Amino acid sequence: MKLNELTISELRRLLDNREIKPQEVLDDIYSRIDAVEDKVKSYITITKDAAYEMAKDAEHAILENKTSFLTGIPVAVKDNMCTKDILTTCASKILYNFKPPYESTVTTRLKEQGYILTGKTNLDEFAMGSSTENSGFHTTRNPWDMKRVPGGSSGGSAAAVAADECIAAIGSDTGGSIRQPASLCGVVGLKPTYGRVSRFGLIAFASSLDQVGPITKNVTDAAIMLNAIAGHDPKDSTSAPIDVPDFAEVLGQEIKGLKIGIPKEYFIEGMDKDVEDSVRSAIKKLESLGVIPVEVSLPHAGYAVATYYILATSEASSNLARYDGVKYGFRSSSQSGKEDLLEMYMNTRSQGFGTEVKRRIMLGTYALSAGYYDAYYKKGQQVRTLIKQDFDNAFKNVDVIVTPTSPSAAFKIGEKATDPLQMYLSDIFTISVNLAGVPAISIPCGFTKDNLPVGLQIIGKHFDEESIFKLAYAYEQSTEWHLRRPSL
Amino acid sequence: MKSGVGKYEAVIGLEVHAQMLTDTKIFCGCSTKFGSEPNTQTCPVCIGMPGVLPVLNKKAVEFAIKTGLAMNCKISPYSRFSRKNYFYPDLPKGYQISQYDLPICEGGYIEVVVDGKVKRIGITRIHMEEDAGKNIHEGGGNYSFVDLNRAGIPLMEIVSEPDIRSPKEAAEYMKKLRTILRYLGVCDGNMEQGSLRCDANVSIRPVGQKEYGTRTEVKNINSFKFVEKALEYEIKRQIKVVEEGGRVIQETRLWDSNKGITESMRGKEEAHDYRYFPEPDLVPITAGQEWIDEIRIKLPELPDAKRERFVSEYGIPEYDADLLTSEKAVAEWFEEAVRLGGGPKAVSNWMMGELMRLLNEENKGIEECPLKPIQLVDMLKLIDNGTISGKIAKTVFEEMYKSGKDAGQIVEEKGLVQISDAVEIEKTIDEILAKSQKEVERYKAGDEKLVGFFVGQVMKATKGKANPQMVNELLKKKLG
Repeated sequence: MKLNELTISELRRLLDNREIKPQEVLDDIYSRIDAVEDKVKSYITITKDAAYEMAKDAEHAILENKTSFLTGIPVAVKDNMCTKDILTTCASKILYNFKPPYESTVTTRLKEQGYILTGKTNLDEFAMGSSTENSGFHTTRNPWDMKRVPGGSSGGSAAAVAADECIAAIGSDTGGSIRQPASLCGVVGLKPTYGRVSRFGLIAFASSLDQVGPITKNVTDAAIMLNAIAGHDPKDSTSAPIDVPDFAEVLGQEIKGLKIGIPKEYFIEGMDKDVEDSVRSAIKKLESLGVIPVEVSLPHAGYAVATYYILATSEASSNLARYDGVKYGFRSSSQSGKEDLLEMYMNTRSQGFGTEVKRRIMLGTYALSAGYYDAYYKKGQQVRTLIKQDFDNAFKNVDVIVTPTSPSAAFKIGEKATDPLQMYLSDIFTISVNLAGVPAISIPCGFTKDNLPVGLQIIGKHFDEESIFKLAYAYEQSTEWHLRRPSL
Repeated sequence: MKSGVGKYEAVIGLEVHAQMLTDTKIFCGCSTKFGSEPNTQTCPVCIGMPGVLPVLNKKAVEFAIKTGLAMNCKISPYSRFSRKNYFYPDLPKGYQISQYDLPICEGGYIEVVVDGKVKRIGITRIHMEEDAGKNIHEGGGNYSFVDLNRAGIPLMEIVSEPDIRSPKEAAEYMKKLRTILRYLGVCDGNMEQGSLRCDANVSIRPVGQKEYGTRTEVKNINSFKFVEKALEYEIKRQIKVVEEGGRVIQETRLWDSNKGITESMRGKEEAHDYRYFPEPDLVPITAGQEWIDEIRIKLPELPDAKRERFVSEYGIPEYDADLLTSEKAVAEWFEEAVRLGGGPKAVSNWMMGELMRLLNEENKGIEECPLKPIQLVDMLKLIDNGTISGKIAKTVFEEMYKSGKDAGQIVEEKGLVQISDAVEIEKTIDEILAKSQKEVERYKAGDEKLVGFFVGQVMKATKGKANPQMVNELLKKKLG
């Protein structure tokens, strides 16, 4: 077995026992990348030299018995996380040359835990999309079927994990951008509670919805990764000043009697039959493990997508205003030498942003405009409150809520690229979770007839990732879906 | 029917931006020091780099609450920041973090005295925001420079009600505002350096009419002396427009201090839609009663209260008290001198007269005054015990100010001790009278004004050192 195919916990044991060296893990990672990256295209930037430098530090730490959770573990990071002096593009031409002079809090914490950065992964430009087709550079392929998308926006991270091009990865999730690609690539993806993980250094898409989280090969690794990155950060006022439990500790705890809510609104007409079947059998499986299914209602679920596309785009229209060609990144080269300021702005932003980003900036600008604010932004905020209340009410009776992650398995490249609304609907089950700010995980729960992975979403109460982990781990232990690997 | 200026009254509201005297910027740790090399006081946060987040400076909130309390405002227990969106190179994020629908302070007032009458001017709100950077147009090419040192310096915007009815009231309001801000130590009040900025909303209406007229916003009033001038000009302009049958257009006008006029910005700044919405990167500000009370307790005595106390406690005239309390440091200097034994009225006279004259000559504030209160008090003692005359004291005072020496030392070194020896004075008087036979005769014939002439001659002969009271008495005795 190649080392790049192992999990964090497996490598941890081998490294700590000095059976292997961090460099050997990297050797396998980079030979894998050399072998498959041309096809999969998970990465935007590969940081091989820096990785071997980091491996030396890891080796020292191991020799001195000073290892942490992630000492010597190769991790890929989504290219919307700022990494000091390392190209950070957000998959946008407008940041094609941007090297931040600072490090995100998440990657700082990963460093403190000894991780090795393998490279920066592809995404939909500014995390806006569900397929990586909106990347300003290239489209990532689904390792299970090269004609299909890996999901998005953290498609690069999910594909890299699924293709064993890294051991684990970091993604970000604004409306499903960790969970949906995890589901489509057959890996585990967790969106923590809003405020659980610092957003400092995460290039903002929609500040009130964005959250950073892990994409891993199994539930244990997700818990280890969350342990490394969670906790209050003085640099992010919206990160919660509350204690972080040891998430790995709850794995294996008894789940008998746990009440799981099944929202009736989520089993909709038009859902892929194979997906529905897989999710329903997953619920049966959970029942056999002793949990109690309870039907719950999330009555405002039908408004989630519309609400999300008002609020997320409104925030985005403001967050992306700083890319104006004045201070850093792309600036349109002068055609006549006589452009005025307004022309420079317009040329820079017209040429620097892709179609989807421009569409969302326009949507958001419109929703915030005088005369429309009340009808759109304000109404959106009110509905968001109702959606949050739906969850609060449901959680009065159940411990977690279980749903499909995505209404369909991986779709074909180009299939939805020209129909934004169809694309937006692929996040229909994940978006409410961001609006409510609650945590949720996607874990593999089956395969379609076409051998495409299906994901099960488990949603928890605010700051109760522990119940999610407990249930996800129990399910994982009783199934073998997570052990399947794509043949590349 | 009346026509012209007397037929109209002005309605003025002022929006004042005050830079807060915090050590660091409002959302990052950069220094707020004035006058550094361009872009040396910046960091990823105030430059608006991707992925960085603002963290609120608690001191700025404290300063805003302090100001709100001093201006009789309600402090909101729950307020928040919003984003004001617009594109400009000096605005690195493409939005300014400001307060919009829920400001930190609302509904206060301050009182000013205009033509002897107390007038209360309402404060609509005080809110916090970040300053923008500066565009520098130099070099003449098809480009500008951007300096972001100022970007992120905390500002308070203090918005008045449209309660102001004349340029003079506006000027008094500005002075009072500045005094209060300086008392609180939250702003240095320097309009020329831009740490205090004033925009005015101005309209006119026929006297007696309740509805407001169309207003213009006058910007760029960048000095205290221009507050009145700019408003006078704008009011006259609006009256002229209306009198000539025209209509005032709602617009922004820039005060040009060189030409002494306001000019329309004419589409340079089109009607902006700022698309305000709550700032999602910051949590709402909660100001608990405990914190507010803590700040209230630490408030210094404010100018109005101090003025009233000076009148009642020291028995000095209202006019003196007003001047002495216009600056906290002046008031402190006064009280120190009185505490050390100086008579309040005498201290006040010397401060308002000689001290202010000397400071003004050098364009200095009381903080830079080389003279200590004890030095004035010691000099006053020399006057009281007859060692020097009041006239000589002026020379001594100036010498003290310039050399830093004490009064006693100066008097000794320069031989300025007052001559209170009757024999010596009589001797001088006799000499003067002997030389001035004509005047003596005229005096005796009834021209009593001439006593001043004799006093003058004696003082001249003694180089001002003769005790004036004794000179008077002895002269009268000699002249019969």
